[in-house]
Amino acid sequence: MSAALEVRDLRMRFGAQAAIDGISFRLEPGRIHGLLGRNGAGKTTLLSLVASLRRPTSGSIRIDGVDPFGIAAAAAKVCLVPSGPELSGGLRVRAALKAAAALRPNWDAALAERLVGRFALPMKKTIASLSRGQRSAVGIVIGLASRAELTMFDEAYLGLDAPSRYAFYEELLQDYMAHPRTIVLSTHLIEEVGDLFEDVLILKDGRVLLQENAEQLRSRGAALVGPADKVDAVVAGLNVVGSRSLGPTKSVTVYGNAIDGLHRRAGEAGLQVAPVPLQDLFVHLTEPGAAS
Amino acid sequence: MVLYMTEEPANTAATGARPLFDDKTPIYQQIADQIKDDILSGTLKEEDQVMSTNQYAAFYRINPATAAKAFQQLEAEGVLVKRRGIGMFVATGARETLRDARRARFFEERVDPLAREAEMLGIPVDALVERLRARGGQS
Repeated sequence: MSAALEVRDLRMRFGAQAAIDGISFRLEPGRIHGLLGRNGAGKTTLLSLVASLRRPTSGSIRIDGVDPFGIAAAAAKVCLVPSGPELSGGLRVRAALKAAAALRPNWDAALAERLVGRFALPMKKTIASLSRGQRSAVGIVIGLASRAELTMFDEAYLGLDAPSRYAFYEELLQDYMAHPRTIVLSTHLIEEVGDLFEDVLILKDGRVLLQENAEQLRSRGAALVGPADKVDAVVAGLNVVGSRSLGPTKSVTVYGNAIDGLHRRAGEAGLQVAPVPLQDLFVHLTEPGAAS
Repeated sequence: MVLYMTEEPANTAATGARPLFDDKTPIYQQIADQIKDDILSGTLKEEDQVMSTNQYAAFYRINPATAAKAFQQLEAEGVLVKRRGIGMFVATGARETLRDARRARFFEERVDPLAREAEMLGIPVDALVERLRARGGQS
């Protein structure tokens, strides 16, 4: 069971500031979507609107065609794991999980128990007494065991050490494949998480910069290294989004639709073409003044 | 690397670093190339079943759609065949087809760069030929 999300002309103003500045997009059900954007791009605001934590200034949000705000059945389809410490601190871990289980129609108690073991969570301690990483792990356990049709993780791994983050990615992927659902991963750790995405939505200044299949997006970028004159000749006419020089050697990143013939031309010039990691593409595309 | 085990592979890699891809080619391409290499070397035999996209995705910690893309490419090239409801299998004649394709590109892709490198290092062609001849008896 996977939910589709449809957002139309969505706006969220805080005073004079538009955190979300008129965005429209659709998230296909049953996929893992990467939600990317620099600090202040509007990711967290967007997720809180989709999770009905606040009302938008204008525009619409539809989960499987229904406005979830104030409608319990629609809201129950959505689970947001926030990055901030939203869980009430006085609760013990056991009680927090019990509360989540009561709220969530698809709750998998066996999965929750296994994840608690994997993240070594102390069930009898209060949330407030946990470390930052442990609190994140509680959120991850709730997010995965809820099996909500639309599950959104907002930087859900803050404070987690690398082995625990890998454990999170692994559990997420396994449970997603066993129980396909719509997943949104909002993240700055693109290098670590990027391979999990099927689609990518990039926000910039409260607007949608692009939405695309992750492989498609990767295929639009290419990196070349070699003698500057040869590199310049091969990339002439292409959209160069990054360029660095070291003596006579030049390294160039190009982005766009017209890179099909690039491999052949580079090969003829004796240059190697490499794919550009998603994170590097993201950096280039979200630079102030960058053209998409 | 041999990937074609029957038991669940995912947990053997639990919390460990992911098996590394190089950063020269897209991941799906590397998975496809890996399968081709294993067919050529005989690790994967014709008619053998290959692991599912989900097993690949879990092993490499990648989106299953990415793994599926490798399989789609191999199916389009006639290297793998899909049997509905069962899985993907190595096509009959796949090894021969791959050998022919790889042979056609061998001199351009392998020998020419070698010759360029030798020239750059001042190694005469005769020395290369001698080396290849000497190895000939060993393999």
